[in-house]
Order: sequence, then structure tokens, then C-alpha cells
Amino acid sequence: MNFVLIGVNHRTAPVEVRERFAIPESHLPEAVRSLASSPGVEEAMIVSTCNRVEILARTTDGMSSLDGFLRQLYGFDLAPYRKYLYEYREADAVRHLFRVAASLDSMIVGEPQILGQVKEAYATARAVGAVNSQLDALLTRAFAVAKRVRNETAVATSAVSVASVAVDLAKKIFGNLDGKAVYLVGAGKMCELAARHLLAHGAKQIYVANRTYERAVTLARKFNGEAVVFDQLYETVPRADIVISSTGAPHAIFRKEHGERFLNRRRNRPMFFIDIAVPRDVDPEMNKLDGIFVYDIDDLQQVVSSHVADRHVEAEHAEAIVQMEVEKFQARLQTLDVVPTIVSLQEHLETVRQAEIDRVRGRLGAMTPEQELAVEALTRGIINKIMHTPITTLKSAARESQEVTTVIDLVRRLFGLREAKPTIVRDEANVAAGGKRGAN
Amino acid sequence: MPLIWLRVAVGFYAVGLVYSLLLLSRKGNLLAKVVEPAVGLGLIFHFVSLVEATVLIGHISLASIQYSESLLAFLAMVVFFVFFVGYRTTTPGIIIFPIVFVLTLASALGQRPVSITSPTLRNGWIFVHIVLIFTGYAGLFLSFGASLLYLVQERALKSKRPTPLVNWLPPLQTIDDICYHALLFGFPFMTFGIVTGSVLLIEKYGPMFFVDPKIVLSFLMWAVYLLLLYTRWSSGWRGRRAAFLATFAFIIAICAWAANNFSRVHRFIAS
Repeated sequence: MNFVLIGVNHRTAPVEVRERFAIPESHLPEAVRSLASSPGVEEAMIVSTCNRVEILARTTDGMSSLDGFLRQLYGFDLAPYRKYLYEYREADAVRHLFRVAASLDSMIVGEPQILGQVKEAYATARAVGAVNSQLDALLTRAFAVAKRVRNETAVATSAVSVASVAVDLAKKIFGNLDGKAVYLVGAGKMCELAARHLLAHGAKQIYVANRTYERAVTLARKFNGEAVVFDQLYETVPRADIVISSTGAPHAIFRKEHGERFLNRRRNRPMFFIDIAVPRDVDPEMNKLDGIFVYDIDDLQQVVSSHVADRHVEAEHAEAIVQMEVEKFQARLQTLDVVPTIVSLQEHLETVRQAEIDRVRGRLGAMTPEQELAVEALTRGIINKIMHTPITTLKSAARESQEVTTVIDLVRRLFGLREAKPTIVRDEANVAAGGKRGAN
Repeated sequence: MPLIWLRVAVGFYAVGLVYSLLLLSRKGNLLAKVVEPAVGLGLIFHFVSLVEATVLIGHISLASIQYSESLLAFLAMVVFFVFFVGYRTTTPGIIIFPIVFVLTLASALGQRPVSITSPTLRNGWIFVHIVLIFTGYAGLFLSFGASLLYLVQERALKSKRPTPLVNWLPPLQTIDDICYHALLFGFPFMTFGIVTGSVLLIEKYGPMFFVDPKIVLSFLMWAVYLLLLYTRWSSGWRGRRAAFLATFAFIIAICAWAANNFSRVHRFIAS
């Protein structure tokens, strides 16, 4: 396979190192092109994001080092940075790429952006002609693995930020948020962020109350909402389904008796209080009322961390999928190694057959169409029989043994075949896949 | 009773039962994909069995215990599916499937139907009466089931430690809608069922039938049903209080069902 992967990521290197290695988007095509044309490199691509740089190449012999390219690209001595870099080869490189694409190597496991970033990097490499058969097969597989992981595990299903957890909880209470009213008490940044999330999920009306009325007006204007004078807080809050509170008040401003009054006014329709103030704005006793749900900042954080923990459990299932896929991919590529030999064996015997038919045709004289067909069938039958054992031996050697090169060499010498073609075209990859299926 | 189809239906309903048990034991929703076609098929076989029973016996054998259990289970499933189409959730099945399974199983195990000797029960109005009442029951079952789910979901949201079961339950609002609409759906059936029953009984026995335990319980159940709706309309009762009322109504419904044995006027066999 001869894959080599060198990189840095958020785990191995601090940001000041990562930013030295990051390649700006505008320079990326040029960098990929120069990597692909480096000595010993057949195919290449580069993923560069804020959390990682992955330089992936397929080399001619599997031994080449990318150091020369790196020195040329970055223009500084790599030695001090060696400890931050990781280097994977062969199956390890494949595994790493699969893990990256499936978002198992991400800072927040399961975050969806990385797959898009890998896809973009791949498109860039394709556009500059740095990708052909094997890297193409590898990337196609990596995207399929990412999809499998997303579909078969729950690694990406739960919300892992405070604002998105708040939205999830609101949806668990109200179903969808279409037309729901949101009340912001206090005009802080967190309030604004949470409100923005809720609006994006369908909430309609926004009310803002703040001790400084002008700030309420400014914030309300941003959301096309309504500013409320703080003195009218208790009269107006029952209009809202979701209340986000973040005032600097030293005591709770919403207590149980307020809650009872709100419910009465709302004829017991549920209310969701999101209390992101410290000290808390909402008395936890309110949570005991039927139909009122109170989450403070710690509760939200706790949900976030339980979701993060869930993701790590799911990530273990995902790792198993990745391992399985790496093995499958390896097996497939190994079969790919024997394809040129199989093809030239077929071509060689076909040439012999044609030559022999031409040679004896003169002696046989004119033949009827039936006789032509019979000769054709006879000779084809013979060469197919002869080819059968070498081909199955090649295929099983590719699948099972480490001695595949010896077997290839042997078959070539026995049949006097020419050197294999240097590049493997895509169609042959399909032959290999088909052959493997057939052999199973 | 053509038991073969009914037993096939029981087999399919068993999938529903296992699904409920798995969910309740927090083993997850392994059967989520198959449960809906399975109980759907169960419903079809169930229907076939009911039709065949009617055809075979030559008249509507409603008052045999097996048949009526079967019919009640059938109508409960129909109501469940009506709501399934509306809300795309099988979760009320957690409660409905076991009830339906037990009713259908009891019906399928009954070897020989009690033949009906009472001439009243061959009257077509009785058929109307029973179908109405049973549809009312089915609405009540569904509402009861949904109100229990509401409690589970509400408690989980308040505990702030969402469990997998809860993640999988529909939102509180949806459960509440099912709860309310099932009541709303069942109430007219129950009301007209009780009206037709009363008219039939007055015709036969005169006004004295009101002291019969079955009848008293039925009226009590209807009153609680009405109370459920009333509290909902007047003050938007839901959650714990509504669930308690629905449980109460459900228990009375079971008692009313069981009270056949003590009833003088509501018997299948002429004494």
C-alpha cells in the first residue's frame, strides 16, 4: 500500500506549534501539488484545520520520507518539532485517516465538521491532480467508514454545548419550538447566545427585561423582540414558555410562589426556566411545581458532560468498526497488488492461443462456421484450465500470506511475463474487488 | 371462535409485549423497527378472526366473554393505530400492548365459547352498545397509558439525568396531546354507549336496574371520565393530577368490566 501519514493535532501539539504547521487555504493547492511531485511520491493530499494538519502520501516504495518536502514547505528546521509530529505507515496510516474522518480523533468526539474538512481537502488534491487510484480508493472508503460510524453508533447524536443542550431540553418539553415565546431576564452575552439558538430552532417571540431599560431595548431590537420594563417582570413572564435568566441579582428573583402564580395564569401550560446566573436567579424549589422545569448552569453542564461521556462509550464501538474496515481495506488493496499479474497472464496466454490458431489455420484449410466455433471453444477451454490454478493461487496469496511478492514473481517467471504496468487503473481495482467477492 | 387466526394475532401481539418489556427494563428499543408491522399484522389477523367468528356462529356473539375480550383488545389496537398515524409514535404501546396481549391471549385460550342463551343479546342495539362502550374503553386505556408516560418523562426531566428510555420517549407536549385527544376521542363513544345501554335496560327491566353494581360502576367511570375532561378544560390539569385521575378511571373501568359476574341485569346466560 505504501501509505505514509505525517501530522500534528490538538493532542500532540499546543496551538502555537499547530499554527506553525497550518497551511492557509490559499496555499493548499500549491503545497499539495509540490508534495505530489516530490521524489518517490505517487499520490498526496493535505488536511489543514485549526486542530490538525495531516499530510498523507502514497510513496513508490513505502520507505521514502517526507522530511525533504516538509523542510521545503515550511522552511524551518524540523528537529525541535519532532516530538509534536506523529508518523503512521501502511495500515496505521489507513486507521488514522479513518479515525479522523469518522471524528473519533476530534477534540469533541463526533463533531461533524471534520468530515467536511477532509472532503474539501480531498477535492483540492483531486483538483490539482494529486490523487489517483489508491488514494482515491482510500478516501472513498474513509467517507464510507465515517458514514457507517455515524449511522451505527450514537457517537454524534447528543448535544455537547450548553446552548444546544438547552435547546434539546426545550424540545423534550415542548415538542417543537415553533411559535414558542422566549423571555430573557438580563441582557448578558450568554442569554443572547441561548436565545439565538432557540430562535434558530423555531422560537418566535422574544421578550427582554433588564434593570437598565436601554440595554433591554438594544437587545430586543437585535431579535426583533419586545423590551419590557423590569417592574412589570412578574406580570409579563407568564407570556413566555421559555425563560432565560442571567441577572446579577444577589437573591433568587423567581420563587415558588411566583411559579404557582405563573402556572395559574397559564392554565398549567408548562414553563422552562434556564437559569444561567450565579448566584442563581431561580429558586430550585420551583422545579418541584408540576409543569415547571428549572435547569441551572450546573445542571446544563452536567448534561453536557454526561453526553460527552456517552460519546466516549460510543466511540469504543466506533473503534471496532474502524478496525474491521482497516482490515477489509488492507485485504482489498493486497488483492489489488496481484491484478496486473493476472491481467498480463491472461493477455500472454491469449496471444499464444491466437498465434497457434493462425499457424495451423493454413493446414486445416477452409472451415465451416461450426468448426470455427469448435476450435475457438477448444482452445479457450485449454487456456482457461491452465490459468485457473495460477490465478487462484495469486488471489489466495494476496488475501492470506505475507509472501505475495514471491508468488507474483514465481508466476511471472514460470510464464515469462513482462514487468507489471507502473500504475493501476481504476477498472483494475474493480476487477480486484470482484475477484475477491468471487473467491469468497 | 376461530381460534387459529386469533392465536396468530396473539403471536404478533407478543412482539408488542416484548417490546414494552424491553423498553421498561431499559434494554433499549431493539424491536422498534419491527414492532409496528408486527402489531399491524396482528390487528389484521385479529380482524379476520372476529369476522370469521361472526360468520361461523351465524350471529354476533358479542356477549361471549372470549369474543368481547377479543373485541375490546381489537378496538384498543384500532384506537392505538389512529393515534399512531397522528403522532408517529409507538410509545403509548408500552402500556397498550400488554393490555391487548393479555385480553387477546385470554380470549384465545378460552376453549369453548359460552353460548348465548339470553335473547336480548341477539338484538342489534346490543352490538351498537358494546362497540361504543369498548371504543370508549380503548380511548381511556390509551389516555391512561399516555398519562403514565407523561409522569415518567416529567420525572426524568426534573431529575436532570435523562436516561436512554427518556431520550426515546416523545416530548412531554406530544404525550400530553395524546393523553388529551385520546380522552376526547373516547368520551362521546362512552357517553353514547352508556345511553344506548340505559335505554335497552329501561326497556327490559324498568328504572330499577340502577342499583346493579355493574351499572353503578359504569356511571361512576363515566363521571370520572367527565371530570378528567372538565379539569382539563377549566384549569388545564395535566401531569401528576391528571395521571392520578386517569388511573382512577382505569381502575373503575377494570372493576366495571369484572362486575359482570355480580350483575343481575348484565349477564350473558339467561338464568
